[in-house]
Amino acid sequence: MLALKSGLDRRKGERLLMATLELTVNGKVHRVESDPNRPLLDVLREDLHLTGTKFGCGEGQCRACTVLLDGTPSLSCLTTAERAQGKQIQTIESLAKDDKLHPVQQAFLEENAMQCGYCIPGMIMQTVALLERNPSPSEEQIVNGQTETSAAVAVIPGYCRL
Amino acid sequence: MARPPLPPNATEPERYELSEVVPYHFSPDRRMFLQTIAGGFLLLAVVGDRAEGQGRTTVTTVEAPLRFTADGTITVLNGKVEEGQGARTEIAMAAAEELRVPVSQVQVQMADTDVTPDDWITAGSSTTPATVAAIRQASATGRELLRQFAAKRWKIDGTYLTVKDGKVTEPRSRLSVSYAEMARDTAFLREAVKIQDAPITPPANWTTLGKPLARVNRRDIVTGTHHFPSDIQRPRMLYGAILRPPAYGAKLKSLGEEFQAPNGVTLVQDKEFVGFVASTSFAARKAAEAAAQAAIWDRPTAPEQAKPWESFRQTGQGTPAGKDEAINAGLARATKRIEATFEVPYIQHAPMEPRAAVAEWNGDRLTVWTGTSGPFRVRQDLAEAFGLKIEQVRVIIPDFGGGFGGKHTGEAAIEAARLAREVKRPVALRWTRQEEFTWAYCRPAALIDIRAGIDSNGNLSAWEFVNYNAGNSGIRGPYRAGALREEFLRTESPLRQGSYRALASTANNFARETLIDDLAKAAGKDPLAFRLANMKDDRLRLVLEAVAERFQWEKLRRELRQGRGIGIACGNEKNSVVATCVEVEVDPRTGVPRVLELCQAYECGKIVNPAGLLQQAEGCILMGLGPVLHEEIRYANGMISNGRFRQYRVPRMADVPKLDLVFLDRKDAPSNGAGETPIIGIAPAVANAVFALTGAPVRKMPIRGPRQTA
Repeated sequence: MLALKSGLDRRKGERLLMATLELTVNGKVHRVESDPNRPLLDVLREDLHLTGTKFGCGEGQCRACTVLLDGTPSLSCLTTAERAQGKQIQTIESLAKDDKLHPVQQAFLEENAMQCGYCIPGMIMQTVALLERNPSPSEEQIVNGQTETSAAVAVIPGYCRL
Repeated sequence: MARPPLPPNATEPERYELSEVVPYHFSPDRRMFLQTIAGGFLLLAVVGDRAEGQGRTTVTTVEAPLRFTADGTITVLNGKVEEGQGARTEIAMAAAEELRVPVSQVQVQMADTDVTPDDWITAGSSTTPATVAAIRQASATGRELLRQFAAKRWKIDGTYLTVKDGKVTEPRSRLSVSYAEMARDTAFLREAVKIQDAPITPPANWTTLGKPLARVNRRDIVTGTHHFPSDIQRPRMLYGAILRPPAYGAKLKSLGEEFQAPNGVTLVQDKEFVGFVASTSFAARKAAEAAAQAAIWDRPTAPEQAKPWESFRQTGQGTPAGKDEAINAGLARATKRIEATFEVPYIQHAPMEPRAAVAEWNGDRLTVWTGTSGPFRVRQDLAEAFGLKIEQVRVIIPDFGGGFGGKHTGEAAIEAARLAREVKRPVALRWTRQEEFTWAYCRPAALIDIRAGIDSNGNLSAWEFVNYNAGNSGIRGPYRAGALREEFLRTESPLRQGSYRALASTANNFARETLIDDLAKAAGKDPLAFRLANMKDDRLRLVLEAVAERFQWEKLRRELRQGRGIGIACGNEKNSVVATCVEVEVDPRTGVPRVLELCQAYECGKIVNPAGLLQQAEGCILMGLGPVLHEEIRYANGMISNGRFRQYRVPRMADVPKLDLVFLDRKDAPSNGAGETPIIGIAPAVANAVFALTGAPVRKMPIRGPRQTA
């Protein structure tokens, strides 16, 4: 883990910084050359080609970009790659094992809780985190603010089923 | 040379009026072509429809190719797009039904201009009535072909053979043949007799259609493996960002004398068009931001008003309300009169996936992946923008993240292609949320004047309805009136505007159904009874009665709790009918309504996919709540000013009421699209509930009850 403690290798390009970052994603360590201020979302999608996590707003409102950092749901559009170092980063791609879906993925299928599906990886990660913390949340807890899912913006999937 | 960005008040090609979908009556005007290809064959059935309705004849042809391959897979090639509304799934079901195969044996290849036919754009709720019908007919032809194959193979009369589970089985010998074998038999295919009028399966015999089926590629969604347009990655791909003007109509004078693109970022400038390309989207965006700081613009004089209503009155083309003699005479005769003006602001579509494109040039061939309702239209736009023949352009539409009528245009495609041509590498251009709010077209704002009068029996003696700017959809009401005038006046619009889910039917039904409740009160009648007494649309009457019964309207009118209001509304749109009831309370401090319960009855003919229908109805309802509660585009200084989710509030999970939806399945009636109509009753039902609760008439969206002061 080449964290801030051991010093980052910075070379200043014109207005762009470059650093070598070590990111642990879905159990695997990646060394990435990147401006450390880039959103984690961009590094996941553009550098590591993990496109399951989506860009919806870039302002922390929609939750489509949700990943888990050490088990906590985090908005990767607002998290810099630098700040994600030293954490266990988990994306939607980590859930299914071989051909077997995670129970939350399976539940989304069974409830048909998707339409265009763009927000669904984010919703699934939010749900995974919620159920880790609180295996039997009440409807009120889901809707009214004990969880980040309450703020989710994607209108269409019929929140009731979600 | 790049085409300059669309001017700020450009109107979209598909505007306002989509003609009402009329019932289809199949005529024997069909052609069948068989073409052997590597590994199988293509069955092309061109289905022609002559439809009569509303005093006009519409002739359309839909090509519905099916590809049969030697492994038994049957692929429907279709020009519609999938944006979450369920077209892919209902197309697969329709083919599976008529071919008599499991849905898993059907693949659907959609929206690739090199491969699939042109099926117009995906809009107007037309996929279900037109495309699905054509695919059923084409698939029935494929089924008949298999019977013909079996008959020829066994040298028997084929009329007693049936196709089941993808096979024809001869009952006595137990021999069977399948689509896979037929696909391998080129000799048969060369000599196959053309099939006319293959019978499509009546609903009473449906085994696949009419049953709920979840999205066929749902697994790819929950695993995150489906590639939306903004996920497409090509070898050597770079990322782009566009320099946007600070106001609509602002002209770039210069980028500033000292401006230089940073290391590793390429500046692409072509008159008004300025973009940046880099190896990361972050670097491209940072460069565009730096350019925005440095650039010098010629700004136009900004419009003075923050609201368009006065400008609509001034620029409206046609006769305003108040001048029609028959109407004025009808009003003079009336016992009671109401005149009201409704204001419905611009709103945005806010699809979850902002528009995006990847463009790749190979010599003088251009391929673009993007999210739009119109692959062939965008292909045409690209060809024109770059001086190409359409054969040189290929547009591919992956299943994308929502459109709602807001992605009929291909801005991102053209922008990406211009950047890619310059850097000679594929370029991904993904709009930010702010760009999607600010630079895409809005739903038109509406200013609506209504003048209406009732006689002593509570019948309408006059009804004058004038819509400025928003459009014609839904302007004709379902009520009888002595003197009637319903007219749409075109105006100038300060903001770019275009299609939206149900188009102007949202504003028109809001205004009409809200005023009907005012009239009912003036007549001393219950809103439901008033509607039924004046209703001339029998089909609408049925859903109105159905929702009232389900919601227990009459009982609630008598027994409603303190602090609650109930409202009812109905409408006919895109050849389907909907009626909506709600129960609301109103926050006394803010006047913001809260919808507690929503009940809806909906009838769209024979139901094709009950699961898909439920999703479309729910989606319409939730989307309809947005403009009711909070959504409103604001603009200032020549620019939309609230282009972020924290400033433009779409419905959240906490806004969702208890839903109770009733669908009337009419087995005898043709199937119609359901993606739009269920939205039209939401706003007026809430308005009417607020009116009932507070006594204060509702004339605007977002809807507000009166606020308690101090």
